[in-house]
Amino acid sequence: MLPCATARFATVDSRTITVVSAAIRAFNLNVQRGKNHILHDLTVEIPRGVVMGLLGPSGSGKTTFMRSIAGLQRIASGEIHVLDLPAASKPLRSKIGYSTQSASVYSDLTCIQNIRYFASLYLHNEKTPEEILEDVDLSRNADQMAESLSGGERARLALATTLVGSPDLLILDEPTVGLDPVLRVQLWKLFNKLAAQGKTLLVSSHVMDEADSCHQLILLRDGRVLAQGTPAELRLRSGKSRMDEVFISLIGAA
Amino acid sequence: MNMRRLIAMTKRVLLQLWHDPRTLALLFLSPALLMTILKYVYWTNPDLFQRVAGSMLGVFPMLVMFLITSVATLRERSSGTLERLMISPLGKAEFIAGYAIAFGLASLVQATAVSSYAIWVLGLKIAGLQITLIYAAILDALIGLAIGLAVSTFAKTEFQAIQFMPAILLPQLLLSGLLIPREAMPRILHDLSNFLPLSYAIDATRKVISNQGSILNDSLIIFLFLTLILSAGSLTLKRQTK
Ligand SMILES: Nc1ncnc2c1ncn2[C@@H]1O[C@H](COP(=O)(O)OP(=O)(O)O)[C@@H](O)[C@H]1O
Ligand SMILES: [Mg+2]
Repeated sequence: MLPCATARFATVDSRTITVVSAAIRAFNLNVQRGKNHILHDLTVEIPRGVVMGLLGPSGSGKTTFMRSIAGLQRIASGEIHVLDLPAASKPLRSKIGYSTQSASVYSDLTCIQNIRYFASLYLHNEKTPEEILEDVDLSRNADQMAESLSGGERARLALATTLVGSPDLLILDEPTVGLDPVLRVQLWKLFNKLAAQGKTLLVSSHVMDEADSCHQLILLRDGRVLAQGTPAELRLRSGKSRMDEVFISLIGAA
Repeated sequence: MNMRRLIAMTKRVLLQLWHDPRTLALLFLSPALLMTILKYVYWTNPDLFQRVAGSMLGVFPMLVMFLITSVATLRERSSGTLERLMISPLGKAEFIAGYAIAFGLASLVQATAVSSYAIWVLGLKIAGLQITLIYAAILDALIGLAIGLAVSTFAKTEFQAIQFMPAILLPQLLLSGLLIPREAMPRILHDLSNFLPLSYAIDATRKVISNQGSILNDSLIIFLFLTLILSAGSLTLKRQTK
């Protein structure tokens, strides 16, 4: 099964032939929404088991790219392969966790009821709902209605709903926006812990100072990839130390 | 269709209903209150109460389920939970059937409570069986559910969804035979009413109350409408956006 899948990728992107297949490969991806051309010939490869930061200003196409990977966005041309399968294919539905920019949970259910419900949609759950709440530090709020949660708690509940089933890939759209610094540090720790367990995380942010919590970064601007690499590599390339300066300098160089 | 997911879906919708006192009031208190008002409006003309109250037993479930379903599915769309479900293994048929079973159960309780109240407290006389009346009421409820589901795709807010009520439900109410028997309407309106599901719902309810004629035909036609509207509704549930 695996060698066959790898061989298929060799034809998708003839420049690289990888032994361990990547978690996500996008090749010449173009996406249009209405009359707007949002993503332009996007080609990226995201390895397995890393925390990949997707950074870019608001409106650069982060959400659109993530929705394309999750199979929620129709693409105009190009290819996306996710975990060796074409994006939007049915078997992927039990392998991807996706949390939208606004916390998508049921306000009129308690935390534990939310998790139990989403978990029951999957045939195989690697963790119990209680363990998942523990992971996001919401055990104390288990019986609290989601509607009465604070912003940070609600964001963590939304994150928890992506951990049900046994996802290999987590796509998290700006999960730390609007959270206090302490909570943000906690969440990035959790992301790294999940990556250490072998999961791949694609995490978007428009806050450049979150870059150092990621193993690798994709910098996006106007629907195009500005640069991809580790934070250290990007610093070296641009000669700047602060990430927002790195970004601006790379825009100048592009 | 996976049984486990279907049950989970049904259970979740019921839990949400249970947590929402306003919807529960809409389900049970408001029909009972309206029936009581009708009783006193027609105080001097009990025959008219018989006619109108009987038909209303078919109208309430449809009206209430239309409201609840359009608002509930719209909330799923705007809160992003529908999108969350669309990338999960949950099938569209399971999603729709889950709502249909949960709200069908709710309308079973509603029809039992409201018809019992009308019969035992308000003195409504029915010649047919109460259980057949309840069966007809559930069919009516499912029509409301199907229309609500279809309408929620064309609305962006809950307010817009409710604006569909006068556009879609009121004409049906006017032509359904609630005001005067359908046979007494001008030919063209009568023909038109043959294409509206609510007409058959009211016919069925009225037949049970007067115990005249079988409602088999009416229920078959209602099932046909249900299949049509629900499949149209499921076509509008898209996994991918453009
Ligand atoms: N439904 C839509 N129709 C047309 N353009 C859209 C639509 N949704 C988003 N866009 C545009 O697509 C671009 C990228 O949006 P998005 O992917 O949400 O960016 P980001 O998540 O980086 O803020 C923006 O310029 C936005 O205006
Ligand atoms: Mg976004």
